[in-house]
Amino acid sequence: MSPNTSGDAPILRNVTKPRSDVAFFIGLSAFSSIYVFLIVAMLVADVCFTSWSNIIETLLKREVQAAIRLTFLSCTAASILSIWVAIPFGYLLSRYRFPGRSFFEAVADVPFVLPPMVIGLSLLILFHLNIYGWELERWLRDDLGFGVTFRWPAVVLAQFVVACAFAIRTMRVTFDQINPRAEEVARTLGCTRYQSFSRVALPQAMRGIVAAFAVAWARSFGEFGPILVFAGSTRMRTEVLSTTVYLEWSVGNLSSAVAVSLVMVLIASLVLVVIRFAGGPAGR
Amino acid sequence: MIKLQNLSVQTGSFILHNISLDVREGTYATLMGKNGQGKTTLMEAICGLRTVTAGTIQINSVDITRWLPGDRGIGYVPQDLVVFPGMTTYDQIAFPLKIRRWPRRMISDRVSEVAVLLHLTALLSRRPDELSGGQSQRVAIGRALSFRPRVLMLDEPVSSLDQQAKNETLSLLKSIQQQVGVTTLHITHDEKEAGRMADQRFVIDNGTLSEQSSLASPIH
Repeated sequence: MSPNTSGDAPILRNVTKPRSDVAFFIGLSAFSSIYVFLIVAMLVADVCFTSWSNIIETLLKREVQAAIRLTFLSCTAASILSIWVAIPFGYLLSRYRFPGRSFFEAVADVPFVLPPMVIGLSLLILFHLNIYGWELERWLRDDLGFGVTFRWPAVVLAQFVVACAFAIRTMRVTFDQINPRAEEVARTLGCTRYQSFSRVALPQAMRGIVAAFAVAWARSFGEFGPILVFAGSTRMRTEVLSTTVYLEWSVGNLSSAVAVSLVMVLIASLVLVVIRFAGGPAGR
Repeated sequence: MIKLQNLSVQTGSFILHNISLDVREGTYATLMGKNGQGKTTLMEAICGLRTVTAGTIQINSVDITRWLPGDRGIGYVPQDLVVFPGMTTYDQIAFPLKIRRWPRRMISDRVSEVAVLLHLTALLSRRPDELSGGQSQRVAIGRALSFRPRVLMLDEPVSSLDQQAKNETLSLLKSIQQQVGVTTLHITHDEKEAGRMADQRFVIDNGTLSEQSSLASPIH
């Protein structure tokens, strides 16, 4: 390459001192470390605050065991429901343009922006709104024998409303990353749209489905506000681990609250590992 | 036989207007044209993947304009191949047969037959990431042929191959077409390729489609 001789600024920089990217990487690491340090410090503080014997003692409490049981069952139920909705919803948003699509997208994003307490309150009002003498909760309880409010189904529903939004977003990104041409070709080979979805798109989305399930599970696991408002926090009935922390703390039993918190951290860590290994857009 | 009468297709802002074409039964036809003339859009419309706004499409004298893509009996090999990820060559070729609920034994026999025809017998257990470009191309052709389509549509089937693989695939395509006798429409940019393959040649230019005699001047 010949040097610029036109009198303009030189094309090649006149290097007198080699430049370095070290400062850039130090900057990146420093800012990232602030957050990592904060989270690790919080966890270490929790560990220092309690002891193994305290954790074991807390775990042996009947109420805590019931809360662990309900947490696992409700999170799993909410996640399964979320996946059922998120797969078709994510596919619909990813593949088709239709009137009202923006409305669907906006509604799916509502749980991201609404304060959790508002979701719980809205559910409570929905189930108890009197419409010309008819009330959803009363109809479910009296006519179908299946009450929801302040019972375990309320826990699942409160978790589902929030978790499903996260699952939908994960599934939409998953389908966005799958080439739709394969489904088109499948249709020329004899598939209906449903068959091209179930036989071509769905097998390719398996990692995303696992990731969406894990995200929904993790989100349900951490839910507190809507559960408190819509399901209450009745011991042995609607108590999940997140409400256990609140109940123990509210009666001044801080060491038990911290012990339960550490159990939650352990479970959440396991879910994070599943998300990372499941891969997919949410796992990376 | 493929017959288009005054066909109009719109996809986004792109419009193909008033296209007519008649590919005779059992012939090998090529469709040429510059980039952006709508060759692929036209082929996808025939396959049922693009919405036809006017006109008709007939295959073997049956109007299939409003039929679902899967009911048209067209074997389609897209330009971007699109072999299904994760499926073995056997499963790719068997795919249209499983959709049509062929008995297992018949599927196995037909896959073997197609594999012999396309020299894929040794590759039946391989997945797409274990195949070369030419091999993937043959798998896509085998998948399109396995269900004995009424017509075969090839969208630039050798454009991504090196010269040797291109020659081999073209020879194979011509020999298969002669053996099977399936009416074939083949999109290509290459004048020599069209000359070598075609019984009938069509050119699309400025939205107008015309049949070219073999002595017609090449397009530029």
